[in-house]
Amino acid sequence: MAKRQRKAPDRPERPNNFFGTWKRLVRYVRRHLAVILLALVFAFAGTVLTLLGPAKLKEITNLITAGMATGIDMAAIAKIGVLLIGFYIASMILSVAQGAIMATVTERVANRMRGDISKKINRLPMWFYNRTATGDILSRVTNDVDTIAESLNMSVSELVTSATLMIGSLVMMLLNNPVMTATAVVATMIGFGLMSLIMGRSQKFFVRQQKHLGEINGHVEEIYSGHTVVKAYNGEKAARATFLDMNEKLRDSTFRAQCLSGMMPPLMGFIGNFGYVAVCVVGAMLVFNNKADFGTIVAFMIYIRYFTRPLSQIAQSMQSMQSAAAAGERVFEFLDAEELSDESGKSAALPQVRGHVVFDHVRFGYEDSDKTVIHDFSAEAMPGQKVAIVGPTGAGKTTMVNLLMRFHELQSGRILIDGVPTTEMTRQEVHDQFCMVLQDTWLFEGTVRENLVYCEKDVSETKMRRACKAVGLDHFIRTLPKGYDTVLNDQVNLSAGQKQQLTIARAMIADRPMLILDEATSSVDTRTELKIQRAMDALMKDRTSFIIAHRLSTIRDADLILVMRDGDIVESGTHQSLLEQGGFYAELYNSQFDNA
Amino acid sequence: MLKLFRYLTRRDWGLMGVSFGFILLQIWLDLALPDYMSEITALVQSPDSPMSTIVSAGGKMILCAVGSLLAAVVVSVCIARIAAAFGARLRLGLFDRVQAFSMEEIGRFSTASLITRSTNDVTQVTKAVAMGVQVVLKAPLTATWAIIKIANKNWQWTVSTAAAIGILLTLVAITMFIVLPKFKRLQLLTDDLNRVTRENLSGIRVVHAYNAEQYQEDKFKQANDTLTKTSLSAVRTLACMMPNLQFVLSGLSLAIYWIGAILINRAGAPAEKIAIFSDMIVFSAYAMQVVMSFIMLVVLFIILPRAQVSAKRIREVLETEPALRDGARTDGEQEKRGEVEFRHVTFRYPDAEEAVLHDLNFTVRQGQTLAFIGATGSGKSTAANLIPRFYDVTDGEVLVDGVDVRDYTQEALHNKLGYVSQKAVLFGGTIRSNVAYGENGGEPPSEEEIHAAITTAQASDFVDALTDGLDGYVAQGGTNLSGGQKQRLSIARAVCRRPEILIFDDSFSALDYKTDRALRETLDRECADATRIIVAQRIGTIRDADQIVVLDEGRVAGIGTHKELMASCEVYRQIAYSQLSKEELE
Repeated sequence: MAKRQRKAPDRPERPNNFFGTWKRLVRYVRRHLAVILLALVFAFAGTVLTLLGPAKLKEITNLITAGMATGIDMAAIAKIGVLLIGFYIASMILSVAQGAIMATVTERVANRMRGDISKKINRLPMWFYNRTATGDILSRVTNDVDTIAESLNMSVSELVTSATLMIGSLVMMLLNNPVMTATAVVATMIGFGLMSLIMGRSQKFFVRQQKHLGEINGHVEEIYSGHTVVKAYNGEKAARATFLDMNEKLRDSTFRAQCLSGMMPPLMGFIGNFGYVAVCVVGAMLVFNNKADFGTIVAFMIYIRYFTRPLSQIAQSMQSMQSAAAAGERVFEFLDAEELSDESGKSAALPQVRGHVVFDHVRFGYEDSDKTVIHDFSAEAMPGQKVAIVGPTGAGKTTMVNLLMRFHELQSGRILIDGVPTTEMTRQEVHDQFCMVLQDTWLFEGTVRENLVYCEKDVSETKMRRACKAVGLDHFIRTLPKGYDTVLNDQVNLSAGQKQQLTIARAMIADRPMLILDEATSSVDTRTELKIQRAMDALMKDRTSFIIAHRLSTIRDADLILVMRDGDIVESGTHQSLLEQGGFYAELYNSQFDNA
Repeated sequence: MLKLFRYLTRRDWGLMGVSFGFILLQIWLDLALPDYMSEITALVQSPDSPMSTIVSAGGKMILCAVGSLLAAVVVSVCIARIAAAFGARLRLGLFDRVQAFSMEEIGRFSTASLITRSTNDVTQVTKAVAMGVQVVLKAPLTATWAIIKIANKNWQWTVSTAAAIGILLTLVAITMFIVLPKFKRLQLLTDDLNRVTRENLSGIRVVHAYNAEQYQEDKFKQANDTLTKTSLSAVRTLACMMPNLQFVLSGLSLAIYWIGAILINRAGAPAEKIAIFSDMIVFSAYAMQVVMSFIMLVVLFIILPRAQVSAKRIREVLETEPALRDGARTDGEQEKRGEVEFRHVTFRYPDAEEAVLHDLNFTVRQGQTLAFIGATGSGKSTAANLIPRFYDVTDGEVLVDGVDVRDYTQEALHNKLGYVSQKAVLFGGTIRSNVAYGENGGEPPSEEEIHAAITTAQASDFVDALTDGLDGYVAQGGTNLSGGQKQRLSIARAVCRRPEILIFDDSFSALDYKTDRALRETLDRECADATRIIVAQRIGTIRDADQIVVLDEGRVAGIGTHKELMASCEVYRQIAYSQLSKEELE
């Protein structure tokens, strides 16, 4: 995924359930409904004032035409003028209030929605992330929420304003002159028919443009990430040919889509002009035959604009509400995903953990598949023992520690810590028993100190330094520009080994009764590993430890080695006894230094 | 943004000229409407004019409107053409430029950022061009023309229009002054929010393991609240702008009529009154046009900042000259075929203080195996990356077939090499398209050659197990294959080229020991005359190499065979003992 957020592609998406999702959205903003209604009332009132304007202008015009010969009643004009200014000011205040209210409400809603998503992230079961891409969730937090906010902010009040403007101007026109109203409506409808014809066609091109854009994105992503390979294999020509082809297609669809959407504003203008002309001519005829006064034409000239303008705005708002519904669907789908079970009733606690861990006929398969990953796993770790789990990739080693941490729930069997089944404790309680160091070093943007201490409370400076000295990192950290307060980000280049050392130090600082090392030193070279090993040994002392390693040299001194293959323990024992056994372990072990 | 315009071709400028002409036509027609309007007004006001003249004036108005529409359509076609072609050209330019980059430049921008620049940023700019060109050309023209038309009618009206425009511009300027910096900050804050979320997601296991859920949530909340606060003040300010503009617009209409009433009242003869009256109607129409075109410009000011940022990002890439210069040679010296030599090679990453490699010297001949070993960060991968010129040396020379790598065309150099990266890179397609990937200056590989390469790479067991065999589907990035499978396919791809020199950049670490060993055995057999350069972490992988280069913080700690190094090189001994026990090493 790209580093920077991606703005939602031009939303060709259509929601599956428009009304259902909007109902949800309304329920979600329930607590703001009163304020929103107030804003809508303001919008309505402001629009009504806008509509009264032309009627007053008409009166001025009529006063002028009436006074053409005799002299104009300036006092009356002044009266109307002052009234109009009042209208305008009131209308402005109402719209500003309306805008400010809606802006505030939407920002609050967006804030809450993002917060809800963030909370949800940590409440979802782990397997959810096996099938959902990070980028997808990220785009829900930003793009989707933004789309909803934008739509709430603009479309809803826009819709009210537009509808009021349109219906209101229709009513005002009818009140003024039915014949001219009919003219205006017919003229507008002709134009509108034309427009929807084009709209319908352009939709297709927009979808195509989006598709081509997606294709070219994929290609570029692939070629850029494989840059060295593309170069080393002279694949540039082929890549360029593919790119050219895609680029050409995209250019073509962009052109077509842009063409049609570019025609929209002039077309809208034409509808306006057409109505304008129709009203003028018909109006002139009426005035000519003394069936209307001139002021009516002036009023109509403005009303016809008010009548045609909302048409395109309503169309736009509907489109934006559509994409908001599509975005809302994605957000709610995420918020509705099944959470980890509630554990507030659980109270089993382990005050003084000795570190006696028993796996009792553990059986496990991922929640979203039928395949059994662990068939029947039984083992026992005595307090203070060092237990190694080895085996080829895909044997289920990492799965076992995930189960031990209760990242997943067992299908059957039990895991007991000091005789208490982990299912009777809260997950937090289970997590509190283990320090965990993983193969993929996880650091975040923040100072070295923040990364080390993480969420641990009240960590003394000495404790932190001691941990860093133990993993051999203290010196390096102090050479950084700001020492422990150096911010780790893209600019600070840490080697894989240094990152790993940091996470090990973090585990030491957390200082929990037991230890899990999941390929913790794989990305560290063996000499550095040797240095870390000493620190780890100190860490493992008196702690029951579970170690996964594919470098078998690191686990030779384990008290118990569990050899896994296809979800089962095939052998177990110490290094020596397993070698003597001459089975799978011996084969694995010997292959690493056999003469080729 | 403007600087990007040099990527417009002559044809684009031509189209721009055509658009300009048609925009003029459109404006002329648009502004003719009020003239007819005034004619009709005058006709209506004088009782003896015949009905037919009114209808004919109306007909002419409609013609003007239709003409204006047609002109606008031509303009939008032209501009769509310009925008689409411009976007496509920028994309191609970026793509070509990135292809020419060495790892150095790629590292400077980061791959993710280059991808966004080639796609999203181009889309932003294209959109801005599509919308902007028209507005930029049309709005000032309309405004000027309309102002010229009304300027001589009556100074009082002109002054009020000018005042309205003045107020309008001040309003917009103030708003932009407040809002624009906020928008820029918003972009950064959104990035922050994204980062925090991504961190939470990528470290989900750590977060759970440390019971750090609350910690993460607090962190998110902070980022979220800052974002909301900034966004709120920006959006609120913007919310005030439109009603204000509307107010100015309405106020102007009223002012024109009010002033009109006074003027008419003052005028003497009835004919003069009628003239002023019809002028008033026309003037209000023109004034609206003027103000509306300014509002159009305002909209442009809202889109432009984003496009500006994108344009800058695109330019940064396009204006970065690739550091690599192609040489001219297409072939090395025959008698030194397959030979790789490092002569006093020193390499420093740009902006780094310390060199990664210091004075590295060695020669490896055809069919031999040379291995690099050393701690992480000792520079062993870097050394291997100098051979295919992913980077260029800072000092010294790298020679392949007796010729400096910088003297070859890159294509010729790469034809001699089979390179396998540390992290397997596969492309969307089939097993076949991946193994037979690229060009090596000869015929594309035959079916047998592909099969043979797959067998050599120990990948035949899983390829044969696929229902489609060689035509088996490979997802983009090879996500439907396991790490080991991907690595074996990428090795097959290198073998399939039949290169003079094979480079394995730590490619064996993803394989288990058994496969590692079997692979090395078949490589010895099948690619006996290819020179092999291996970067490795495991002693087992390299102990049979003809030469082992031991690197320690970028300096050579020792060169020799396993035996020699065990005897003479302390660093090597340490590495060896850390992996294997003494007995096993004997």
